[in-house]
Order: sequence, then structure tokens, then C-alpha cells
Amino acid sequence: MNPTSTPGTQLGQPNSTAIFFFLLFVGVTLGITYWAARKTKTTSEFFAAGGGVSALQNGFALAGDYMSAASFLGIAGLVAMSGFDGLIYSVGWLVGWPVVTFLIAEPLRNLGKYTFADVVAYRLKQTPVRLAAALGTLTVVSFYLIAQMVGAGNLIHLLFGLSYEVAVVIVGAVMILYVLFGGMIATTWVQIVKAVLLLAGASALAGAVLYKFGFNPLALFNEAATQYGAQTLAPGALVSNPLETISLGLALMFGTAGLPHILMRFYTVPNAKAARSSVFYATGLIGYFYLVTFILGFGASVLVGRQAITSVDKGGNMAAPMLAEVVGGTGFLGFISAVAFATILAVVAGLTLSGAAALSHDLWSSVVRKGEAPEHEQLKVARLASLFLGVLAVVLGVAFKGQNVAFMVGLAFAIAASANFPALLLSMAWKKFTTYGAVSSMLTGSFSAVLLIFLSPTVQVDLLKNTSALFPLKNPGIITMPLAFVVGVLVSLLFPERESSERFAEVKHRMHMGAVQPPVPVAAKVAAATSKATPPPTPSKA
Amino acid sequence: MSSKSQEDALEALAASRWRVAAVLTVATLVAYFGFILLVAFNKPLMGHQIAPGLSVGILLGAVVIVTAWALTGIYMIWANGKYDRALSQLRR
Repeated sequence: MNPTSTPGTQLGQPNSTAIFFFLLFVGVTLGITYWAARKTKTTSEFFAAGGGVSALQNGFALAGDYMSAASFLGIAGLVAMSGFDGLIYSVGWLVGWPVVTFLIAEPLRNLGKYTFADVVAYRLKQTPVRLAAALGTLTVVSFYLIAQMVGAGNLIHLLFGLSYEVAVVIVGAVMILYVLFGGMIATTWVQIVKAVLLLAGASALAGAVLYKFGFNPLALFNEAATQYGAQTLAPGALVSNPLETISLGLALMFGTAGLPHILMRFYTVPNAKAARSSVFYATGLIGYFYLVTFILGFGASVLVGRQAITSVDKGGNMAAPMLAEVVGGTGFLGFISAVAFATILAVVAGLTLSGAAALSHDLWSSVVRKGEAPEHEQLKVARLASLFLGVLAVVLGVAFKGQNVAFMVGLAFAIAASANFPALLLSMAWKKFTTYGAVSSMLTGSFSAVLLIFLSPTVQVDLLKNTSALFPLKNPGIITMPLAFVVGVLVSLLFPERESSERFAEVKHRMHMGAVQPPVPVAAKVAAATSKATPPPTPSKA
Repeated sequence: MSSKSQEDALEALAASRWRVAAVLTVATLVAYFGFILLVAFNKPLMGHQIAPGLSVGILLGAVVIVTAWALTGIYMIWANGKYDRALSQLRR
């Protein structure tokens, strides 16, 4: 798989346009980071951009946080190679967003400060809940980061011809600069710029493809069917086991609502209404993007050819960049390559920041310092945590070189759906939820998901080369997510917690009315009585 | 407004928000899993071409994506209108 030996494409050669656009992107975003760094003086600015991001900006930033290289290059490649089947993933990755809109966005914004643990721990005992939630967050973030860093190394090696290690170090170093100095303000703008570039690049590419087919997508699909047979427009090998598909579907749908870096973005807007609108914008942008990706995939299979695509990368990941070269020449290839690079940077920055919030806000400030840490110390710990995670990302990226890590994104979604989502939903919607219930639900979700993935064919057969696997499904969501709900409910019912159900009125009030509290005698009294054991999160700037 | 009746009003509003959220979540689930189950159990139907180049599967996939967005739009219209009006009444 040596990209430089491929005839007929500039892919993998040092490409002056690619380098120009890449340097331009890094230059502009580092300029933004410099500007953001001067505005980042408090923890609230570092983790939540001071709550000053508008709904439309956050919509773009959410889209930029979510649309990874896996969805751009991966889905385009999957569609190019297997046609219709790619659409199954696109749909799965989108349907999580309505769930986030309906169930999560507003309550989360009103109840929390920087992490989803703020919400789960609101009326429960801080220490055990924060520990369990931080475990869930860091597991999801680590697996997601490994997948992104390894992907980054491979892609940049293919796109620019740089060595894998150099690519991983560059991504890590630039990302650390964004997060360490610019915090959430810089990360938000990097994600916005990336989203605009990615959407513009993909649209231009799709436009160039459709231009060749009289702007009629059906003519394009029909051409693909003529070249590769009608089955390219029909479900193929991807869905051979219905149970498997449903399990993957559940993980994708509810995993989005448990991804720490996505949830964190809702704290950057001024109020619940803005949180609501921002998911609406994000869903539209991401849905549009997936429809465009579908055009790109078919365009690549028709205009580039499946054989040419696999000759560069067996996974088909180079379909979109190769298509850019065919329709727009080396210049366009350079632009799309730089966009792919920017895409990875924006995603890893968001991931690192959410991991840093779990380390510094949940573990250090709440568990170790019991909410007594002064502001300047919190900010210092937050920066140290970002630096630590950034370096860890580079180390993990290098350590996992050459491994097949594609399953890790699926794993991250499965853990998010099982460890984070059930506890988050129950804490917002169920009066009788307790500390024991939350902790057991989160731990059950994390451990069962990791264990079942370890026992699945993906690890046992594909990775460890065993002949069979103990657990038959590749994705455990169908078992682990219901299990986490059941355990959370049963344990809560077995060990009731009076304080938690008494404070539910306060939760309900704040969840709907926001943090600006008119006097509510009952809740205030309970809060005052319990404030020693469970300091209520300080109201954010809203 | 007395604090008792305000509590009741909030209770009712909270219940109606969860009801709307639940109905829309179920609608999303039905759309998505309807699509997935058709893919899993009725491949010939999904592969059938309504027009040259347009299979039922591609059409339904695009419809699910657009539906998902439309559902978030419906929620936003409801929440920005009825729900926010009731909230601001409560805040008064």
C-alpha cells in the first residue's frame, strides 16, 4: 500500500496546493487561537466559551465536532465500494440527533455546567457518581481518540506522503495548541471553520459530479447500476444478520446522545432555547452532508472506478480525494486533502477538551477538592489535563500504528449508549433514581460493553485470529444498553435514597426554568439542608 | 400566582414536554428501524427500481434522513411556540 507507486494520481505526492491550503488553515486557526487565548481567563470560558456561542454558531460547531474523517472519507468510500450499503451507516449516524434534540439538549443545558456528570450528580452523592461518569467519559474519549489518531496517521500518509508518525505528531501538536491556549472558544471556531470548509468542499465536489450528469442524481445512480449491476442500488452484504443491524442501530442512535464531546457543546450556548435551535441546525447540516456524501460515493465509483480506488487503499477511504482529482485536477485534490486534515483536527480537539473536563472538573475539582478549588487552580488543572490528554493521544496514535481500529468508533458509540445515556436520561426523568442506581448503571454499561466487544468476532476472530467468538454479535448495544437501564432501575428500587427523590422537584424546576431561580421555598430548603453533602452546581453565566 | 398553583403548572408543563419528546423519539425510532428492518428482511423490495437509478432503498434512506430533520423541526416549532409561552407565563 505505497501511495507513491500508484500511477495516474498525484495522491500521496507532496502537493503544493494541499500544503498551501493546509498551512492556510493552520495559520488562520492558530490566529483564532491567539485571539481566543486572550479571552480565556476563567474555567467557564475554557470549558464552555463563557456560554457566549450563538445557536447558529453552535449548530455549525456541533456539525464540525461530529462529522469526522470516518464519515467523510469512510462513508464516501463505503458507498463507492458497495453502493447502497453506505447509506445504512449515514442514516444510522444521523438518527441519533433527533434523540439528542428531544431528550437531552435542553435539560442538559439547564442542569449542568461543563460535563454530563453535572446532570447525573445533581441530586446524588457527588464522589461516586463523578468517578463512574468520568470512567465512562474517559473510556469513550480514549477509544474515539485512538480511532481518530490512527485514522489521521494513515490518511495523512496517503494524502500527503508524510510518514505516519510525523502525521500523528503534527495533528497532536496543533490540536494541543488549540485546546491548551484557546480552550472552548478556539475549539468552537476551529469546528465552525472546519464545518464550513467540509460542507463547501463536499458540495463543490458533488456539484462537479452532478454537472456531468445534467444535475440529475438518478442519472448518476443509473450509470453506477449499469457499470456494477443493479445490486449496487440494493442492500448487500452489510446487513446479513438482522439482529446485528438492530444492535448497531441502537448503539448509533443512542450513542450520539451519550458522546461527551457532543454533550459538552450544549454548555456553550446562553440558554436552553439556543441549545434546542443549535441541534436543529446541526441535524440539518449533518443530514445534508450525508446526502452529499452519498453522491460523492457514487460519483467516485463511476468516475474513478472501484479498482483504481482499492489500488490506493483497500478500505476505499481515498474515494473522495481521488474523485476531486478526477473532476477538478491537482488543485482540487489539494483542497479536499487539506479539508480532510482540518476535519480530523477539529474532532480530536473536541474530544480532548471533553476528556480534560472529566479529569479536571469531575475528578479534580469535585472529587479530590470537593468543590473547594479556587478558580485559578481549576483553570491550571484544566490546562494540565488538556496537555496530558493531547500527549496521550499522540502516544496512543503511535502505539496503535497498523492496528485495525475501525471497530473502536463503534465501541465508543456502544459504550456511550450503554454507560452514559441510560444514567443521564434516568437522572433527568425519574424521581426515584439513586446514587447506587446511577453508579451501577454506568459501571454495568461500561464494563459489559467493553467485555462483550472483547468477546465479539471483531476482536476474537478478526484481531486475535481465533476460530470462533464467545459472543456472536459485533456490536453489543442490544444487550448492554437495556442491561444498563434495568440495573439502574432495579438497584434504585432496592436501595431507595430519600434525599434524591426529595430534590427531584428542584431538578425538575431547574431543568425547565433554567438556572436563574425565582424563589422556590421547598426546593431551596432541601438544597440548603443538603448543600454540605452535595454542593449544587453554581449557576452558569446564563 | 401562588407557589402551589405555580408548582402544578410546572408539573403539567414538564409532563407535556416529556410526552412530546417521547412521541417524537418513538416516531424517529419507527422511521429508522422500519428502514433497517426492511433492509434486513425485504432486500428485493429495497432493490426494486421505481425509476431507472432510483431504488426503493435509496428513496427510503433519503426520506428517513429528511424525516429525522423534519421531526427536530416540528419539536422546535412546538417548543418555541407553546412551550416557551407557557414557560414565560410561569416565570412571571
